[in-house]
Amino acid sequence: MSEAARGSAGGRVLDVILPILVFLAAVAGWEAVVRIRNIPHYLVPAPSLVATTLVSDWPTLSGSLWVTLKVTFSALFAAVVGGVGLAILFAQSRWIERSFYPFAVILQVTPVIAIAPLLVIYLDPPTAVLACAFIVAFFPILSNTTLGLASADHNLVDLFKLYGASRWQQLIRLRLPAALPYFLGGLRVGGGLSLIGAIVAEIAAGTAGQGSGLAFRIVESTFRQNMPRVFAALVLIAVTGITIFLFFTLLTHLLLRHWHESVRRRDT
Amino acid sequence: MLALSGVGKAFSNGIVALAALDLEVRRGEFLTLLGPSGCGKSTALRMIAGLTEPSAGALTWAGGERPEIGFVFQEPTLMPWASVFNNVWLPLRLRGISKAAAAASITDALALVGLADFAKAYPRELSGGMKMRVSIARALVLRPPLLLMDEPFAALDEITRFKLNDDLLRLKSELGATVVFVTHSVYESVYLSTRIAVMAARPGRIVSQILIEAPLPRGEEFRTTALYNERCRAASQALMEALSPEDRL
Ligand SMILES: Nc1ncnc2c1ncn2[C@@H]1O[C@H](COP(=O)(O)OP(=O)(O)O)[C@@H](O)[C@H]1O
Ligand SMILES: [Mg+2]
Repeated sequence: MSEAARGSAGGRVLDVILPILVFLAAVAGWEAVVRIRNIPHYLVPAPSLVATTLVSDWPTLSGSLWVTLKVTFSALFAAVVGGVGLAILFAQSRWIERSFYPFAVILQVTPVIAIAPLLVIYLDPPTAVLACAFIVAFFPILSNTTLGLASADHNLVDLFKLYGASRWQQLIRLRLPAALPYFLGGLRVGGGLSLIGAIVAEIAAGTAGQGSGLAFRIVESTFRQNMPRVFAALVLIAVTGITIFLFFTLLTHLLLRHWHESVRRRDT
Repeated sequence: MLALSGVGKAFSNGIVALAALDLEVRRGEFLTLLGPSGCGKSTALRMIAGLTEPSAGALTWAGGERPEIGFVFQEPTLMPWASVFNNVWLPLRLRGISKAAAAASITDALALVGLADFAKAYPRELSGGMKMRVSIARALVLRPPLLLMDEPFAALDEITRFKLNDDLLRLKSELGATVVFVTHSVYESVYLSTRIAVMAARPGRIVSQILIEAPLPRGEEFRTTALYNERCRAASQALMEALSPEDRL
């Protein structure tokens, strides 16, 4: 192993260790402040109490986590199918793109929290929550994929024409691979937004929702001043968000490592 | 092989890229279009390839229809997500030929350009010159009788360019292909071609033709011959005359 490679491997270890140290220090400080100041647990629970609550309430919390995960990933899946499908349709004709793109933008710029109460009236609450999560995840995937499909090298497009490629071949062999890095960028953003959408919508659905996702647990526990459980639910949401982000970052790396500049590894 | 008669091209933005171009491409020759940028060289080449239609005049092919054509752009224009092997496979793949059936042709094409050992590499692992070789291998894999090249070596350093010039002449002789080459380098055009068509801009047209009677392939010593020097001088002169007054500034 070369000197430079060892240096960068060391750098990567530090990338992991430093944030963990900062995190542990923050948790320890929090625990200390709560204990020294005797802060009541219905205001700010100590991390240790949050941890024990996480374990003791796990049967309830895990059920809610499962509900939230199901909504997040169903919505993301629908956003991928819808976003990529519509982007491919846009790529077939500028007229289709011009006719429909503005509506996608309107959907995007209207805050989902403002739409959610309406959706709860028109749809049954679980469907409304799913729809909200879909709406926020859909746009980044649509717009990124649309951009990606349009950014295939124009000389390569000419080359495909020269060799008599069909529209289908051009899509499969050229436009889709060229769009992949853009799509993955959209997926990373959309994945996080889909979780946010699922949480926000459930809170907006409020008492109308018999839903039992993590957001519902937070609303319910705040109401009962059960702060340790609120914090435990928050921890689960944060961990879910981080896992989604790491998962798509890893996926991006695996799919693009051979060819895309964004995942170029280099010695210095 | 091909005759362009009275060919014109006006774009919708009003630019007349070509005006009444008469040009014959003879079988087996190495024809270079030499001219300042913007004189319509690329447009003429794309028209020969069928990538753009003339707005006036006509192209007449000897066999009645356009033969198989290989095209090399100024950029290597490789698919970055595909290995060298799969990049060279592309023309065959688009014709529905499986990887197994195409393997022999692909290996041959890579050997021709001296990249037999790099089949598994990805484009970003290669130097500029090597990428251009892959691009040439891809253009040759169908063994086209006509090879069109649009300033293929313009972005390369001079040593690499000289090497690729020699390799190109060798390949052309081995394959017996006709080449239409575009450049704005006088020296490159004289070294490579059997005939040079000098073009002028606004509107794009051919102003003079120069024959270089030395047989192909040529070696480095050709650069020291009287013929080479005389033709370089003639080509420079023709190019200077082709420049409009504002270009000369
Ligand atoms: N697709 C196009 N639309 C409009 N104008 C074009 C297009 N392609 C080329 N032109 C114009 O036509 C002229 C000739 O272009 P080109 O053939 O690329 O010249 P060259 O290759 O000799 O530099 C230039 O003025 C260029 O701006
Ligand atoms: Mg050009």
